[in-house]
Amino acid sequence: MILQVKHATMRFGGVVAINDTSFTVNSKEIYGLIGPNGAGKTTMFNIITGNYLATEGSILFRQEELKGIKPHKIVRKGIARTFQNIRLFKSMSVLDNVLIGFDFQARYSFLEAITRLPRFFGEEKRIRTKAFEILRYLGIDHLAHHNATDLSYGQQRKVEIARALATNPELLLLDEPAAGMNPAETKELAALIFKAREDFDLTVLLIEHDMKFVNQLCDKVLVLDYGKTIFEGKPADAIQNEEVIAAYLGDFKHD
Amino acid sequence: MVLSQRKMLHLFFYGVAIWFIWFAQTTLDEYSIRILNNIAIFMILAVSYNLINGVTGQLSLEPNGFVAIGAYVAAIILLDADTMLYQYYIEDPSPVVLAIHSQSFILALLAGGIVSAFVALMLSFPVFRVRGDYLAIVTLGFGFIIRILAINNPHITNGSLGLNDIPEYSNLYWTGGLAIVAVTVILNIIYSKYGRAMKAVRDDEDTAIAMGVNTFKIKTLAFCTSAFMEGVGGGLLACLLTSISPDLFTFFLTFQLLIIIVLGGLGSTTGAIIGSILVIGGAEWMRFLDEPMALFGFETPAMPGMRMVIFSVILILVMLFAREGIMGKKELLERFWKKKKEDS
Repeated sequence: MILQVKHATMRFGGVVAINDTSFTVNSKEIYGLIGPNGAGKTTMFNIITGNYLATEGSILFRQEELKGIKPHKIVRKGIARTFQNIRLFKSMSVLDNVLIGFDFQARYSFLEAITRLPRFFGEEKRIRTKAFEILRYLGIDHLAHHNATDLSYGQQRKVEIARALATNPELLLLDEPAAGMNPAETKELAALIFKAREDFDLTVLLIEHDMKFVNQLCDKVLVLDYGKTIFEGKPADAIQNEEVIAAYLGDFKHD
Repeated sequence: MVLSQRKMLHLFFYGVAIWFIWFAQTTLDEYSIRILNNIAIFMILAVSYNLINGVTGQLSLEPNGFVAIGAYVAAIILLDADTMLYQYYIEDPSPVVLAIHSQSFILALLAGGIVSAFVALMLSFPVFRVRGDYLAIVTLGFGFIIRILAINNPHITNGSLGLNDIPEYSNLYWTGGLAIVAVTVILNIIYSKYGRAMKAVRDDEDTAIAMGVNTFKIKTLAFCTSAFMEGVGGGLLACLLTSISPDLFTFFLTFQLLIIIVLGGLGSTTGAIIGSILVIGGAEWMRFLDEPMALFGFETPAMPGMRMVIFSVILILVMLFAREGIMGKKELLERFWKKKKEDS
């Protein structure tokens, strides 16, 4: 049990984005968060990463309360995320984008950076080697010195995942990783997530609309609709569930 | 191989800079040295202002405040009690101001820098609660406040009369030497994890947070470093001009620095260096435009202010054809290496 969300509620003024939602993600699980647009999936991510403060309820990461902890400290505890719309640092190279993920792991002070003491060179070399390892793992090490925004969409997605992996996470939050990808790229991404789970000891929580992708990948899914949980369980059962179908396709019976 | 080549190129740049300072100080006339001193001081101010404004992307409009603090602190330390008692007409100088005295130039400069950095630290807590346009307005207000404080506290600053007879310690060795140090320090910051984080804050602050960067700390570091160097630059300016008054530190000073870094390319240190040479040096060089001229057989009368018209036209043309300034966001050598990489 790595992440536990207990009775989380998020209200924006009168709008209830998440309504009394609870779920538990076990270690090394790939957990899917699905639901129609506006169901509160990204809001859930923002609550977990500390960008929003949940109105009610609690979020436990390895039995530790995350509510009220600053977002950058939550990342340092081992929760990394990617964004729905790719948000790379546009003036920086691919390598520098990944090195930002190592920012808090490089141990040298401001004065050591200014005076270029030996520890600066040692630490820079260490994180550079590790960054290249991650880039090589994702097969984009040959693009390291290119400007991040010059790459293709699929490659930019990979840079975003590389950057998230650089923060050495235990829990990885992926916000619609397959959005805008063609079937071949989606397949490759699914394989990558499977492989990375083993190689990096990851637990993955992902938001996705592509049901085939979710079916292939996820051990368990949670279906949200208007902030409420309508289903939790195996993805194969989710697509059979009447309530889930109604939420996605519209409720025909009462029309 | 590339690394050693790069190191050699760096050594070459340092060598040329040091040789030029020595050459200029020993052979050039007083007028040229004066202009070079101005350029060197503005270089220090511009590269440090560029750190917070260009590299970290926090549009702030306060450097005139920090330059004023540095200049006043340095001047008060360097002036001895007798000179001060003679100068302070409006009110007697406060005993503290009289007591603080040292003849050490470096100590005065450091004190100016440290006081500036300390004020920046205090300011960063309220200032970095706001982003973007609001930050510009808050910092603009700070610049005004410092000037008004200088005018309204005659027992410390001698009010609008300002301070005179400050010892003329600044020469090209000091201004040029410290400009080299400032540029080196700034470049060392930029090419470290701190510089990377600053650029990340500029590109996308929320994403930087999502990568575990403590953006408040990064912004405060950039702000304080920038304030420290602006304070030191202020001290150098006071000891070059030998007299300072609140009118020296109006918003126009900030505006001039803003022109320099935007012309050179926001976020580029080499751009800020080129910008200060062009703006400060160019403004002097174009003085001939104010004088009567013979053009294609026509005699034009003297037109004071003509050079500013021409200067503005050049500025507009540069901004039209090079939107991101002369250097863009990249450094001079980055462009050079990139080209090399593409060639091979």
